[in-house]
Amino acid sequence: MRTFLTVFCKEILDNLRDRRTLASALIMGPIFGPVLFAVVINMSIDRALDNAESTMTLPVIGQEYAPNLMRFLESRNIEVVAGPDDIDGAANAVKAGAHDVVLVVPEGFAEQLSAAEPAKVELYSDEANSQGEKETRRARNALYAYNQQLAAMRLSARGVNPLILQPILIDAVDVSTPSGRSAILLGMMSYFFIFALLMGGMYLAIDTTAGERERGSLEPLLTLPVTRAQLILGKIMAACVFMAASLLLSLMSFYVVLRFMPLEQLGMTPNFDLGVVAAAFFLLLPFILLGAALMTLVASFTKSYKEAQTWLSAVLIAPTLPILIVSILTLRPQLEFMFVPSLSQHLILVDMIKNEPLNGLHVAISVCSTLAIGALLTWVCARLYRREGLLG
Amino acid sequence: MIKVDGIHKSFGKVRAVRGVSFEAPDGKITGLLGPNGAGKSTTLRVLYTVLKPDQGTANIDGADVVTDSLAARKNIGALPHGAGLYPHLSARENIVYYANLCGIDKSEVDDRVAAIIQLLEIEEFADRRTKGFSQGQRTKVSLARALVHDPRNVILDEPTNGLDVMATRSLRRLILKLKDDGRCILFSSHVMQEVAALCDDICIIANGQVAINDSIKGIRERTGQENLEEAFVSAIQMVAEE
Repeated sequence: MRTFLTVFCKEILDNLRDRRTLASALIMGPIFGPVLFAVVINMSIDRALDNAESTMTLPVIGQEYAPNLMRFLESRNIEVVAGPDDIDGAANAVKAGAHDVVLVVPEGFAEQLSAAEPAKVELYSDEANSQGEKETRRARNALYAYNQQLAAMRLSARGVNPLILQPILIDAVDVSTPSGRSAILLGMMSYFFIFALLMGGMYLAIDTTAGERERGSLEPLLTLPVTRAQLILGKIMAACVFMAASLLLSLMSFYVVLRFMPLEQLGMTPNFDLGVVAAAFFLLLPFILLGAALMTLVASFTKSYKEAQTWLSAVLIAPTLPILIVSILTLRPQLEFMFVPSLSQHLILVDMIKNEPLNGLHVAISVCSTLAIGALLTWVCARLYRREGLLG
Repeated sequence: MIKVDGIHKSFGKVRAVRGVSFEAPDGKITGLLGPNGAGKSTTLRVLYTVLKPDQGTANIDGADVVTDSLAARKNIGALPHGAGLYPHLSARENIVYYANLCGIDKSEVDDRVAAIIQLLEIEEFADRRTKGFSQGQRTKVSLARALVHDPRNVILDEPTNGLDVMATRSLRRLILKLKDDGRCILFSSHVMQEVAALCDDICIIANGQVAINDSIKGIRERTGQENLEEAFVSAIQMVAEE
């Protein structure tokens, strides 16, 4: 026990003095996630607001031939501006990307309209230009709406109920709750937590084998009258402490960031109060042991510090794979998934954010299976620490 | 007292050690002398229990290095070749870490560490972080932490490598002091003059085998060479011709 504590305390002290470890544990992991998250959320808020409320400008050639249409467009928050001089100019401007979309009203528009013939307008757009897609769609929708309005007026003038033009009424009902909508975007938070906690222990895990070896401090350490299992347990536990600190910081910084994000504007009200922060911390605790043991295990096979860093970057990505697969296939949480570390934590976390009742059995299986795999990996680490090949 | 009896060790196809036997008694300095790659380090690594011999046995004060390695380690202070320190810890903290790992009584740790710091004359830089220490300072601190639990047997693998004249001299003085305490000192070197200046017994190793194992006087007599360097060369040739 004393050996374990001695190693544990020394590793904590040693790493607290190591800027690189501190940076990755206490800054990199916890800051990276929330910052990236804030950027993504802000971008989607901008886009959501763009669609409905912002004013769009639409260059029009031949405004004077259709004053009513222009007024209609203005009423839909589309600002009509003077377009290029002629049709060729319009095509070139769209092709060159100077305008996303240009509306051309030909000279005969008014006559065709009053003669009740289909009155032609031309809408120039570049289908290959995905940025202009939104503007084009909005212009086209406005023209459809004007079309419908005129048709309805004509029918009423002839004593026909305009509703016959609408044999089907589509009413799209979105059953997602505000918390539920949050889950899609906020689901990626669980990965940031896992990333942060792994980053927190990465350098300690490397140091246990590759780092000590490279520094030449491993061999003298192994000549001491202690068992190697005690050494490695002390080191893994020290890594766990750094990982837990990193996780806690990451949870707290998300908590703070979410306070300041205008998520209601996106129709989201994530359930991420301090209670959920605490629950998420305890839910992810078993994953810390697993992560520490896994990283130590991977690092023990490497020949140098650099090589260990390379391989551990792969370990940082590994926990995303099950999350990614399930997200792509949009699978609902099932009992079997709870045996898979990282995936089980992700699914339970998403449920918590959605404010759905927790399934106690799911939580129990997640905690137990993750702990069991973590303990198994720790045991394998201790076995491998006894190899002669450890000295390189 | 270190006893080595017919140990063999191979790494893949390379037969690093092929039946080395010798004894290093208490109160004497035994030198393991041999050219680079002769198997000196491998032999010492078996003795301080980080390698297991393929064949043969070795024991430290009667404790077998394989079957009773924990007890064997209790009685060894080892300075492996190129031993490194923890750069973020001070010299004293490095030594205290080893003292605690060796299970020295908590109330005695500070006194013991202070005493070893004094013995090795490292007070001047004891409380500085070891990052940036010179090779001489590093060797002294490594030796201090290896000796902090007062081991009866001291194993030093090329301790004077990379040391300047002054540092080498102070290390020699220290080794002699350890000998006068009645400890068993086993140290390896490829520098013959150094072994000659310090050792009571010399075990010349070449090609993974013991070429000759005797006192300096005995080696001179057996090789028929008055000059020790010639004796060394002819002993190595004796093995090579076999």
